[in-house]
Amino acid sequence: MTTTYELSDLDQIEAESIHIFREVAAEFERPCLLFSGGKDSIVMLRLAEKSYSPASLPFPVMHVDTGHNFPEVLEFRDRRIAEVGARLVVASVQQSIDEGRVTEETGPRASRNRLQTTTLLDAVGEHRFDALFGGARRDEEKARAKERVYSFRDEFGQWDPKKQRPELWNLYNGRIRRGEHIRVFPISNWTELDIWEYIRREGIEIPSIYLAHERPVFERDGMWLADSDHVTRMDGEEVVTRRVRYRTVGDMSCTGAVESTAATLDEVIAEIGATRITERGATRADDRVSEAAMEDRKKEGYF
Amino acid sequence: MELLRFATAGSVDDGKSTLIGRLLYDTKQIFQDQLEAIERTSLQMGNEYTNLALLTDGLRAEREQGITIDVAYRYFATPKRKFIIADTPGHIQYTRNMVTGASTADLALVLVDARNGVVEQSRRHAFLAALLRIPHLVVCVNKLDLVGYGQEAFEKVKAEFREFAMKLDIADLTFIPVSALHGDNIVDRSPNTPWYEGASLLHHLEEVHIASDRNLVDARFPVQYVIRPQSDEHHDYRGYAGTIVGGVFKPGDEVMVLPSGFTSTIASVDTFEGPVDEAFPPMAVTIRLTDDIDLSRGDMICRPGNQPTVSQDVQAMVCWLTEASKLTSRAKLAIKHTTKVARVMVTDLQYRLDINTLHRDESAEALVLNEIGRVSLRCTQPLFFDEYRRNRATGSFVLIDETTNATVAAGMIIGAGA
Repeated sequence: MTTTYELSDLDQIEAESIHIFREVAAEFERPCLLFSGGKDSIVMLRLAEKSYSPASLPFPVMHVDTGHNFPEVLEFRDRRIAEVGARLVVASVQQSIDEGRVTEETGPRASRNRLQTTTLLDAVGEHRFDALFGGARRDEEKARAKERVYSFRDEFGQWDPKKQRPELWNLYNGRIRRGEHIRVFPISNWTELDIWEYIRREGIEIPSIYLAHERPVFERDGMWLADSDHVTRMDGEEVVTRRVRYRTVGDMSCTGAVESTAATLDEVIAEIGATRITERGATRADDRVSEAAMEDRKKEGYF
Repeated sequence: MELLRFATAGSVDDGKSTLIGRLLYDTKQIFQDQLEAIERTSLQMGNEYTNLALLTDGLRAEREQGITIDVAYRYFATPKRKFIIADTPGHIQYTRNMVTGASTADLALVLVDARNGVVEQSRRHAFLAALLRIPHLVVCVNKLDLVGYGQEAFEKVKAEFREFAMKLDIADLTFIPVSALHGDNIVDRSPNTPWYEGASLLHHLEEVHIASDRNLVDARFPVQYVIRPQSDEHHDYRGYAGTIVGGVFKPGDEVMVLPSGFTSTIASVDTFEGPVDEAFPPMAVTIRLTDDIDLSRGDMICRPGNQPTVSQDVQAMVCWLTEASKLTSRAKLAIKHTTKVARVMVTDLQYRLDINTLHRDESAEALVLNEIGRVSLRCTQPLFFDEYRRNRATGSFVLIDETTNATVAAGMIIGAGA
């Protein structure tokens, strides 16, 4: 603590996020924290811990499980959530498929990405969640740059970018009717680099796939996709072993790896500082569908 | 590293999006895939050059219509500072968005087209920046390339702007001649304007002194959430969680809690990492008191010798934010002020302010979307507030329509009284 009463940039955005976490716990009846095991949700979980300390989290943690996860990430999820002492709710895309709520795409480019929306919204209804914490950041994507911290969703879970509630100072309006909910994004103002610097500062553990490792991969659309049972390779897509790391954690079927030798957090941060491609542009097939891919999915109720 | 939040405002064709695109581009915040995407779109739209404005227009309708619909947030950093830009559209119908973006800004950046000089919208932007008490205002006189980089056009805008700004309460006003399209005076001083002796825009953003903008005098801590762990280990723990919005709090400080008026002493200021020696804005902490007194969300911890105003009757300037309804006398609404939620009745609409001429229309009977006026409010419970000009956090509120749940107004408190 200094006598100049100045907070570093990381301390300032951390304080803003904690304020948001506490506001939701105070004003909503049934919040829930979405957790994917990715770096953003790891930071979210730490911020939640800090917000209510020394009490435990006043809400459960939910993972929308596509069934196409990296095994390292699932193992990490269970361990980390046990450490925090939180209750884990798993919403399963496989179950939505088995129950006929959604139809699985077929072919080599099949993805369960879009199916998650139904699974997510079903879980919101089943558990009557009124606020869902998400780890989306405004620097990730153009549509997200315009989304509020409290993002209102109607009874269909839809986001309407033209009908967003004005959000002033740190006065958030969380009033909803039954069946509606709010997506809350406490780390809206964090950048990818902030996330990594915070992980380093806090000494938080991350899933091993974020660090460079040898992996059998094949090239598709300029990305390295992991060779797994969840993806059917097309003609000419040959499996090679490369030293890679992941910049985002999503489905094995749509998350690409980047070639990297960064085996430590410091090396990852140095690499990100020098990179010239956005994390979603580099590694997410789901965002490459069109200019408005994210906007369209969000309108349907996606994360 | 310090964090600077700034809001940008400009008319449709002032080149605001281009300026932001230029800042991001020249500070190397634009990534290769983003640049390739806008190069493709520019080509498709028949632009002669890469349209940097496309970087900031996120929604489909915006790209199609070439307009900005909503506040967008952008991020960039230099070795000196980290920046958050609230990019707000300048159209006449979007005062709402400017007020939103300005509410958290340390600095406002207003663009004026050097060819057109100070127009109605420039005045409106300056007025809103002053109303929202943004401590620093930077006027970029843009498109200087189109007036041959002449000093005369720059000085003319400066004089016109100053004349209007004199009627406003603006603490720090700076003028910079730029061409966003060509990058003059954006990152580096431009050789095209040898007559200009000031800093480039980026240099100014990096150096402007913001640390003293916070109120470190009036200790204010609105109780946000009460932490009472349901565990054996912390059985007797009772902590008041919240964000410091004014002053400094230390263990041992004598404090007063409102509304009860009881006094107590701070036992500790806790964080996840452990207790701290002192806490100041905008830290989020948990305060424990030596006495077991009744305190809950919406209450306020302050000092016995420095209390906020406590009143059910509030005078305020409000900006109406919705087209779905209007503000009239006798209207009943929900209010959110610090961590307190209550109901208010509009007891009087005193006047509507013409934000172009600053004329006060006392015959006005309603405020509609984007209109600003002075009102008297009667609240169902006392609010603990300071003048907005003294503390933006304890002086601001929003009004919510209880039927639609929409946020319908932004308010800035002037004082107590009916």
